[in-house]
Amino acid sequence: MAIEARNVTKRFGEFTALDGVSVDVASGSLTALLGPSGSGKSTLLRVIAGLERPDAGDVFISGKEATALTPQKRGVGFVFQHYAPFTHMTVWENVAFGLKVRRRPKPEISERVDRLLELVQLAGLGRRYPAQLSGGQRQRMALARALAPQPEVLLLDEPFGALDARVRKELREWLLRLHDEMHVTTIFVTHDQEEALELADSIVVMNKGKVEQTAPPRQLYDEPSNAFVMSFVGPVNRLGDAWVRPHDVELSYEPDGSDHEAQVERIVRLGFETRVDLVRDDGERLHAQMTGDDVDGLELEPGDIVYVRTRRERVFD
Amino acid sequence: MTAKYLVRYGSLGYLALILVAPVGLIFWRAFEHGLQPFWAAISNPIAVDALKLTVEVAAIAVPLNTVFGILCALVIVRHRVRGMGLVNAIVDLPLALSPVVAGVALYLLYARDGWFGPWLSGHGIQVLFALPAMVMATTFVTLPFVVREVVPVLREIGTEQEEAAATLGSSALSTFRRVTFPAIRWAVAYGVVLTTARALGEFGAVSIVGGGIAGRTQTLTVYVQASYENLDQTGAYAGAVLLAALAIATLLAMTMLRPREEANGDRGA
Repeated sequence: MAIEARNVTKRFGEFTALDGVSVDVASGSLTALLGPSGSGKSTLLRVIAGLERPDAGDVFISGKEATALTPQKRGVGFVFQHYAPFTHMTVWENVAFGLKVRRRPKPEISERVDRLLELVQLAGLGRRYPAQLSGGQRQRMALARALAPQPEVLLLDEPFGALDARVRKELREWLLRLHDEMHVTTIFVTHDQEEALELADSIVVMNKGKVEQTAPPRQLYDEPSNAFVMSFVGPVNRLGDAWVRPHDVELSYEPDGSDHEAQVERIVRLGFETRVDLVRDDGERLHAQMTGDDVDGLELEPGDIVYVRTRRERVFD
Repeated sequence: MTAKYLVRYGSLGYLALILVAPVGLIFWRAFEHGLQPFWAAISNPIAVDALKLTVEVAAIAVPLNTVFGILCALVIVRHRVRGMGLVNAIVDLPLALSPVVAGVALYLLYARDGWFGPWLSGHGIQVLFALPAMVMATTFVTLPFVVREVVPVLREIGTEQEEAAATLGSSALSTFRRVTFPAIRWAVAYGVVLTTARALGEFGAVSIVGGGIAGRTQTLTVYVQASYENLDQTGAYAGAVLLAALAIATLLAMTMLRPREEANGDRGA
């Protein structure tokens, strides 16, 4: 294991940010800490980096006890949500910082910084100041800066949170390629389930300072261990006691043993996929996700009364 | 239109009446009979001693308040401890308190029957009516300026850059030198200029604890007052001009610093 957190607890006054959290992160993996705001995911990342000291519990990095180590001694690269660029330094100086404070020889610094700037596609911009860069460029600069001292672990706090949708998508793909090239163990924090599903090979779902489930994306989506994970990762409907994914909802005009009756409220065509919004007689709403052809085949119209059946449903205690 | 001109000439007239006329008059009276009397007045040994002492006091008080001002600002902003609000308020005390009160307070502490007086005189240390008390008085009245300039800038830059430096392996001292100080340097510079201006012009506290002994504990301001009382008009004006010239140099330094400070602020955004 590259990183292990054991029973980590952290309180801020009355608020318990982390409540006995244990997490294992495999060497070379790309792990997402996923959860709503206030779930403790950022605090866990900061505890791993040494920026917060846990009230209880231990942190191991590469098998070594690191709980009492200062951030300087952990060999961890950290990318902040708002990048935290050194505003009075040029892009080049920002990236060189971690090497300069380690007193590396000048030719080595120069070579490594140039190579990193190329890697993050900022080769021509070394003499600019961070304020002269776009958000995406600043983010890449922060990444190069964190990678410069060759950390064993790279930690990213909401790395794409402050970027617009298009740049975010670009950067995600780019981060995946980078991770494939560098093989540095990476943990990133996100509240965006789509981002976690797309990027991570392992996802830790957190809620209210606790870990709800740790699993690969597919397993998390298909076999959520509780209602929170089910509803947080992917869209979901309530049908009595059961939880159903919209693409597992089937509609027909015949009861066929179904005791769930609903009225079609709206049909929203989103290209290939079509969403049917339904209201049940008890006022509960649900959504069915189907193809446009299916909708046409059924000749569904708003106002129709249909019967709801499920291909797959889950009931949690 | 008329309202616009009324506002414009009204405010300019106000400045002329309140600021320009008195300061201009000082210059005029000092140079009224040419450079010769002015030069004679300021090269008189007592005036020279006063100038030297003024610079000496400032040269000790300003670095002290710069170093401790930065430290206080760091503690106020970075250390989330209860009672820090009170510390923050106490720093402003010298701005609200008349320097005369500061002078009297120091006098009470260090006088022969004061708290520290007996012990100090027992060890042969002269504080009152000597340089130490005058430095203390000046340090007291100039304490807030560096702190006041640096605190808001420290608040604005936040702790993320410092945390980033720590994760990159930078020690606390190295982080201060490479990250924190460069971010606050224009605020510090501005604070130093304000501190210097205030230190050079200090009168009330220094005249009480110094005693105004000619040639020994007379700073420029005290010298001007003494000359004025002795009806030595040229001396008073010459001293005043010297003080005004120092003030103008300070003002120039401030105007030179201000645009850079703002440009730096923009860059930091």
